Amino acid sequence: MTQPKKKTTIILFSGDYDKAMAAYIIANGAAAYDHDVTIFHTFWGLNALRKEAPVPAQKGFLEKMFAKMMPRGADRMGLSRMNFAGIGPKLIKKVIKKHNAMPLPQLIEMAKEQGVKLVACQMTVDLLGLKPEELIDGIEFAGVAAYLADASEGNVNLFI
Amino acid sequence: MNVAKVLDAKGLACPMPVVRAKKAMDELQSGEVLEVQTTDKGAKNDLPAWAKTSGHTVIEMKEENGVLTFWIQKG
Repeated sequence: MTQPKKKTTIILFSGDYDKAMAAYIIANGAAAYDHDVTIFHTFWGLNALRKEAPVPAQKGFLEKMFAKMMPRGADRMGLSRMNFAGIGPKLIKKVIKKHNAMPLPQLIEMAKEQGVKLVACQMTVDLLGLKPEELIDGIEFAGVAAYLADASEGNVNLFI
Repeated sequence: MNVAKVLDAKGLACPMPVVRAKKAMDELQSGEVLEVQTTDKGAKNDLPAWAKTSGHTVIEMKEENGVLTFWIQKG
């Protein structure tokens, strides 16, 4: 097939486990549809890209506070509903297992395997005081213009 | 029917059946047939939709004891 590939772009703004899960399921589905897929992570969505282990980095007081208050990695994110101070995510992970669905960290791995382009918004990375070494490997850093370049050719563009 | 490859996707939930089917299909030549077995009820609509959009043809589908089996010919 020689026709140009279709494109899907997703902006992941939310830092909620369930919303990120929806984003990554759509991304994986789109990749199976042979689309070029980009997930553009901004604001709280960046937490999905954080490494689970703490990474020592030079930071000011505010940046340290942000780093402490935000979940370190996809597995630590909370639910948008019924979070119940952290019990909700435990329950949902149980249900995910029971139904043989894929938990978020594995969905992210699978997306990388399928060649989904993971992008971190540089401006919000700076705002939240995150350092590149705190984020997982294999991602790109870009801004609104790069997103729009992808999205203007996009057949599916979502904001989650 | 000449089945070139059998994909066992039983027990897997969305989006895995389609993701696996795509991977398996990538290894086939045009015209060859992929057999997909799944227990995901959503796959009843998902796999035909994916096949159609990706240029493949669903030749046959059957449902038996909760297992959906598709035969999809690569386009």
